[in-house]
Amino acid sequence: MSVAKPLPHDAAALHVTGAARYVDDIPLPKGALHLAFGLSEVASGVLTHMDLDAVRSAPGVQAVLTAEDLPFDNDVSPSIHDEPLLATGTVHYVGQPLFVVAATSHLAARRAARLGRIEIAETAPILTIEDALAQNSRFEDGPRVYGRGDVEASIAGAPHQISGQLHVGGQEHFYLEGQAALALPQEGGDMVVMSSTQHPTEIQHKVAEALGVPMHSVRVETRRMGGGFGGKESQGNALAVACAVVARATGRPCRMRYDRDDDMVITGKRHDFRIDYTVGFDDDGAVLGIDFTHYARCGWAQDLSLPVADRAMLHADNAYFLPAVRITSHRLKTNTQSATAFRGFGGPQGMLGVERVMDHIAQHLRCDPLAVRRRNFYASGGDISGQKKRNVTPYGQEVEDFILPEMVDALTVSSGYEARRRAVADWNAQNEVLKRGIALTPVKFGISFTLTHLNQAGALVHVYQDGSIHLNHGGTEMGQGLFQKVAQVAADRFGVDLAQVKITATDTGKVPNTSATAASSGSDLNGMAVKVACDTIRDRMADLLAERCQCTAAQVVFREGQVQAGGASYGFAEVAQMAYQARVSLSSTGFYKTPKVKWDRIKGEGRPFFYFAYGAAVTEVVVDTLTGENRILRADILHDVGASLNPSLDIGQIEGGYVQGAGWLTTEELVWDDKGRLRTHAPSTYKIPACSDRPDVFNVALWDGENREETIYRSKAVGEPPLMLGISAYSALCDAVQACGPVYADLQTPATAEAVLAAIGRARG
Amino acid sequence: MEIAFRLNGETVALHDVAPTVTLLDWLRDARGLTGTKEGCNEGDCGACTVMVTDDDGAKALNACILFLPQLNGKAVRTVEGIAAPDGTLHPVQQAMIDHHGSQCGFCTPGFIVSMATAHLNGATDHDTQLAGNLCRCTGYAPIIRAAEAAAEQPVPDHLQETLFLLAKNIPGGDAAGGGGGQPPLWVQPETIAELAKWYAANPQGTLIAGATDVGLWVTKAFRDLGPVAFLNQCADLKGISKTDEGWRIGAMTTLTELEESMAPHHPSFAALMRRYGSVQVRNAATIGGNIANGSPIGDGSPALIALGARLHLRRGDARREMALEDFFLGYGKQDRAPGEFVEAITVPDQPDRLRCYKLSKRFDQDISAVCGCLTITVEAGQVTRARLAYGGMAGTPKRAGHAEAALVGQPWDEETVRSAMAALGEDFAPLSDMRASAAYRMETARNMLLRYWYADQGEAVDALEIAP
Repeated sequence: MSVAKPLPHDAAALHVTGAARYVDDIPLPKGALHLAFGLSEVASGVLTHMDLDAVRSAPGVQAVLTAEDLPFDNDVSPSIHDEPLLATGTVHYVGQPLFVVAATSHLAARRAARLGRIEIAETAPILTIEDALAQNSRFEDGPRVYGRGDVEASIAGAPHQISGQLHVGGQEHFYLEGQAALALPQEGGDMVVMSSTQHPTEIQHKVAEALGVPMHSVRVETRRMGGGFGGKESQGNALAVACAVVARATGRPCRMRYDRDDDMVITGKRHDFRIDYTVGFDDDGAVLGIDFTHYARCGWAQDLSLPVADRAMLHADNAYFLPAVRITSHRLKTNTQSATAFRGFGGPQGMLGVERVMDHIAQHLRCDPLAVRRRNFYASGGDISGQKKRNVTPYGQEVEDFILPEMVDALTVSSGYEARRRAVADWNAQNEVLKRGIALTPVKFGISFTLTHLNQAGALVHVYQDGSIHLNHGGTEMGQGLFQKVAQVAADRFGVDLAQVKITATDTGKVPNTSATAASSGSDLNGMAVKVACDTIRDRMADLLAERCQCTAAQVVFREGQVQAGGASYGFAEVAQMAYQARVSLSSTGFYKTPKVKWDRIKGEGRPFFYFAYGAAVTEVVVDTLTGENRILRADILHDVGASLNPSLDIGQIEGGYVQGAGWLTTEELVWDDKGRLRTHAPSTYKIPACSDRPDVFNVALWDGENREETIYRSKAVGEPPLMLGISAYSALCDAVQACGPVYADLQTPATAEAVLAAIGRARG
Repeated sequence: MEIAFRLNGETVALHDVAPTVTLLDWLRDARGLTGTKEGCNEGDCGACTVMVTDDDGAKALNACILFLPQLNGKAVRTVEGIAAPDGTLHPVQQAMIDHHGSQCGFCTPGFIVSMATAHLNGATDHDTQLAGNLCRCTGYAPIIRAAEAAAEQPVPDHLQETLFLLAKNIPGGDAAGGGGGQPPLWVQPETIAELAKWYAANPQGTLIAGATDVGLWVTKAFRDLGPVAFLNQCADLKGISKTDEGWRIGAMTTLTELEESMAPHHPSFAALMRRYGSVQVRNAATIGGNIANGSPIGDGSPALIALGARLHLRRGDARREMALEDFFLGYGKQDRAPGEFVEAITVPDQPDRLRCYKLSKRFDQDISAVCGCLTITVEAGQVTRARLAYGGMAGTPKRAGHAEAALVGQPWDEETVRSAMAALGEDFAPLSDMRASAAYRMETARNMLLRYWYADQGEAVDALEIAP
């Protein structure tokens, strides 16, 4: 059995020796060109003149293209064709590409790209959520509203009411490998593109449009990314299209990678939100009615903002039954980078809103926030007929396997939560300068693309006559270990050693029409598609052996490199050779579509998710009340991955997700100035967690249980959900801050030292 | 210009080396050694970390802001040279596989080189050793587990061999002459006198010590440096010596060396230096460069000012000295004549009353929003001397004269501290920027005085000392 084993990442040995090849590492053919964009330094205005003479005459420059030089579609949008590759007339944000330079070296291209003399008639930019609201600058005709019940009456009739406002910061992906693409012109106008992308089919689609050719003329290959996190779902389009267009224009291979500062200035980030809330609740903290308003700052182009904002709404409940609820979502258009997919895809923002409410209620009632959380949990499994109502999400999907109460019970024991909460209180009573805080927050995350048709995947498997196996599927490898997990599935289906299975680069020529590797769906979808492909070949082999060995196909067993049939045993390679000789096809595609999902995003009704993944985290922090500096002392996590395909890779996702989530809510602050310039555009100013920021004590355990739905080996998705475990760090900071005084501290995010100190000041009154 | 160095055990000699080609670009573009990655091109992510060995031992450095001439006579090992020549993995490589320390793998080569260098040096303070390597996937926990596991293993022979062969077998390239009547593009003086002469003759030139700042002028700002002098061969510009009054610190002293030498005398200064950049940055950056660049947010100057350091400048044969704080005239403006350079800093020996408080968004490898370095001497319950120096509060590193005056001669009690906190408002009018707001800077700068007071009273004030 290769499934469920804690095997290392498939490329681990290549990683540690520097041999793993990324797009910028691919040796270039002779005459290759390097590209760089010239960028707008203005947030909003009309392009009146571009003098590019100095660019054209700069050393090494071979070509300079503007929008006018693009022969076909000038668009790199993944949604509504509102995102020109190169600006046409109007400039929408600081960092928008205006022209592209092709030069003989990366450095020459970068240097030349700075030499453009651009004239823009500036107009007043719309930068903030408040600016956008004032000018009604938005996507879609008005806000989306989901909910149920009489919200006003439920809130008004409740014993307690509170309101609040939370700014939820955005987040830069900071994949260590910046965006990169390489286009290799082929005969007959065809194009091969190597791209660091989560979505090769989208790259193929956009390149084909830009070249004015059918999709069959473009082949896109992705072996691996140096991190994606959602930032390479749509943001790689511009580089791939630029490379393809210039490669077509010059007949030369073209490569482009963004310098880090360019990457951060050009590409979209996690949406920042403002969340306003009013909640009515009883003396126990049970929510009776709640009204959320989400304001999502989407930036200049639509990109994936609508489904992101939808998912935020779909996670506004997190783990809590909200009897009367309204979620209003405004998708605001601003003159900033076009916000895009980022691990969690709106879920984190929505979830943070309700977790903040739980803490706020607890502060109001002067009780343990965990008691409030438990009080509001969805009804648990077992006989829920009497509490059926407490089991339905605001969008009408039943929560069928709500295991969080048991998980939280287990975690409070394993983490020593109760005793530590008392110890924290004792410490805080005795110490003036340093205050501690502790919090437990749960995660319930919906698994499936909310755009239902994306829940499909394909695979292509070949068995060669020597018994070696060539594996291909539509998922992409960005570090999450997808390729290894899926290879484990393939090896298991054939009962062979993992070394028999060759993992190959994602390739639009092998598996077509793929969805992005996103929404945590990679192993669910591709694992199943590969299983189908393997089983097709295996069944053919079994049929052949059944005939020869006087048994039924069902009696043929593939195990430990052997195939047993009717008392005989053959090596797998032997059977492959037999099948070849018997003219049995040893190649198959596989296809899978997720069952049960059905969703109306306009009405906000249906079953958007096949199932939910759960988790819970306890975080303890210490806060320095003189400066607001703070530190995570310990984190204990219990997370549900169903029956794990690979526990080591899953724990890796959980540890990494937690730290990334905690970073989002603490040190990772994006700052734009009043001209719309991003001031935090490099690691010198934008601070992702460093080594010493991980919790000193970091305990991660997997919940022992399998997915009640029929997923691949009953596993659950793991990519995004753990990020939201980081909310417990924010909640623990709230707890520590609140220990400084009786007034509600209203800690905003990211909870930088400065934000923490401000909250301490408020708590003290 | 010619240089020679060893690369993964083989000698490389290069001719006509331009002064501003980075090791990273050269490795990737000229040598096809693509294991070393570009993550940020400014020395902040560590994906390009290489091991550089010279007479002082093996150091991790960022290849993206390391110019080829700086390697003259040294040995470089990239990730491709960490495993044994027969392919046997280094213990840190094997441990990273065994402990699942790589996910996307892009930061991994840099981690491997940092880990192998720390392993070679017997360093087991992993958080410090790896503070300059960013990973976005793993949350670091498995990487630390790998580092701990590998610590037990012996250093592979081929890495020890590097050091052994070094002195004998690496010819330093001819770095002095231009030849053919053309002026040299760059020089590499071997003595202060030689440097002084060159700089007096080329006052428009650029001096490059560690290149942790100048590197960014090249990689990010595309600045033309003019004629360049690399100071790394200038032996008498390096090192720390004890004098009758205290210490004389050569301008080319790296921050790593400064941290080590200050630890016994002023542990708080050493702790501050421990947070200056990262291992890679401190191994390259020099105190002379840190001061000469005059950054208002450099952490070296506030601490040295608080200690009463004096700055020694030289131009040609002319020398002068001044209190360090007097060197900083205004934002980006120092009291340094064309052709004049920092030769040394002297620090008086004194009882340790220095406390350094660095405030930044992230604990490690971040630039200070405020850096307060305070020396308050108390005798018989009275403050007899106070030197309060702050970075991040003005256009220069600056002393808080009003706050000092509010302390000196007063009883050492909370009331005095609070009056000094109030007086700090007379000393500074800080700015708001992406690191902090003006109000936050002022509030925390004041609270640093309170922290000094609390710490003196034995209160718990250091979040780092709290155990989980």
